[in-house]
Amino acid sequence: MTILAQKKQLVIPGELVAQGEYDPDLNVYKDGENIYSTMIGLFEYRGSRISVVPLKHCYFPFVDDIIIGKITDVGMSGWSVDINSPYSAMLPVTEFGARQNYPRRRETTQSLRVGDLVKAKIIAFDRSRDPLLSARDRELGKITRGRMIKITPSKIPRLIGKEGSMINMLKKESACSLSVGQNGIVLVTCNSPKNEEVVVELIKMIEHEAHTQGLTDRVSEVINRKLRGVKTGKA
Amino acid sequence: MIDDKGLRSDGRRPDELRSIKLQVGVLHNANGSAYIEQGKNKIIAGVYGPREIHPKHLIISDRAAIRCRYRMAPFSTDERKHPAPSRREIEISKVIREALEPSVLSEYYPRTVIDIFIEALQCDGGTRCASIVAASLALADAGIPLKELVSSCSVGKVKGHVIVDLYDLEDKYGEADLPIALMPNHNLVTLIQMDGKLSKEEFDKAFNMALEACRKIRNLQNDALKRKYKLESDTEKPKDSKEEVK
Repeated sequence: MTILAQKKQLVIPGELVAQGEYDPDLNVYKDGENIYSTMIGLFEYRGSRISVVPLKHCYFPFVDDIIIGKITDVGMSGWSVDINSPYSAMLPVTEFGARQNYPRRRETTQSLRVGDLVKAKIIAFDRSRDPLLSARDRELGKITRGRMIKITPSKIPRLIGKEGSMINMLKKESACSLSVGQNGIVLVTCNSPKNEEVVVELIKMIEHEAHTQGLTDRVSEVINRKLRGVKTGKA
Repeated sequence: MIDDKGLRSDGRRPDELRSIKLQVGVLHNANGSAYIEQGKNKIIAGVYGPREIHPKHLIISDRAAIRCRYRMAPFSTDERKHPAPSRREIEISKVIREALEPSVLSEYYPRTVIDIFIEALQCDGGTRCASIVAASLALADAGIPLKELVSSCSVGKVKGHVIVDLYDLEDKYGEADLPIALMPNHNLVTLIQMDGKLSKEEFDKAFNMALEACRKIRNLQNDALKRKYKLESDTEKPKDSKEEVK
C-alpha cells in the first residue's frame, strides 16, 4: 500500500503511481498490484481512488452533458452536429424547437443552417451509435450571438469551480453571460467589448493554470484590476 | 569496421548509442507530434485523432483503428529517393503500426481512427526504430491513453562483434541487423526482425544489449515528455509575477 506520486505531480503514460489495494479511477490502469498512469496529466487521489487529470485529451460524450456544437449537415429528419469529439452527433428535428409533429424539409433548412451553433444536451450515447442530441429545453437551442472559445475539455471543471464558484464570479463581475459546454467550448456574450476581452483572457488563464493553487484568488485579483477599473472609468 | 581498440568506424564503443535529441510538440496542426534526431537520422512524427474514420468500412466496432504511414523524403538519402511509396516504406509502416498497437488503449474510442504520420527527413540507418520512438511520444502528446511508451533500438553484428544502434554503413556492410521495440514495464517485445545471421550465443548477447539500449532510450523519452509539459505548466508563473510588477 504505497502511493508513489504526490498530488498534482506531473505523470506520463506508463509511470507507476501506486502499489497495493487501491481503486483505479480515470486514466489509470491496474496491472497486478501496480497502478500506472495512461496519460500525461496530474496525479490525484481521494481515499483509495487513484486518478490522473489529463493535461490534453479529446472530449468523450456522456449522456446528460450540455455541449455546444456546430451544424455540419442538414438532412431530411435532422442535423449532423460537430461536437468537438471523435463522434459527430445527430440532432433530430423532433428534438429541436417546440413542435411535436414531423416538419417538412423546408423547415429543417430554415431553422438551422450549416455553420450555425447550437447548445444541446446529449440524450443518448452507447458507443455503438453516434450520440443523439436534444435542444428542447429552455436554455438550449440556436446560438445567435457571442464569442466562442475552445479550451481543453478536462479543464472545464476548473472553469466552473466548486459548486460553480469560479464561473459565477466571472459572470457577476463582468456582467457577461457565459455558457459552458462540457465538450470544451465556452460561449461569452457581453454588452461591453472590453469586458468580453477580459473574460476571454481570464478563461485562457484558467485553462493554463488550472492545476495551480490559489487560482480563484488570482482570477479575482485580475478582475479587480481590469474590470473594476473599467467600471469606475465609466462612472 | 572495427579497429584495434575495439572502436567502430564512427568512433563509438560497441555498446554506445548515437546521440539522441528528442522534442515533443513540434507541429501546430497535429494533435500530437515529436521530433527525433539520432545521429544523422532526423524524423518527425505527427498524430491525428482519435477522429471520425473515413472510409467508413474501416470502422472497428469495439476499438479505434490505427493507421500508420512512414515516408522517406526524396532528399533523405544520398541517392534521390523516388517520391512514390516503395515496398520498403509500406513494410515499415506496417511493422511500426504493429509495434505501437499493443501500447495504445484503443478500446477507449471505438469506431474512430488514430492516424500516425512519420516523415523521415534524413536517414542514416535504424530509422524504423527511431520512428517508433518518436511516434510513441507523439501518441502520448496527442492525449491518447497508452499502457506505456514504446522504446526501440537496433542491434547487429559487424566483423564478428555484436554492436548496438547500427548506422547506415554498419547496416550495409555488417553481418546482421536486429531491430527490436520494447515496452519495458511489461517486458513485452512489440517488434523483432532479423536480417543476416547470428549464432544462438550472439543472438542472446545482442538481444540483452537491445533491451538495455531500449531502457536507456525510454529514460530519454520520459525526460522529453516531462520537459515539454513541465515547461507548459511553469511558464505562466513568471508571466503572472511580471503582471503583478506592472
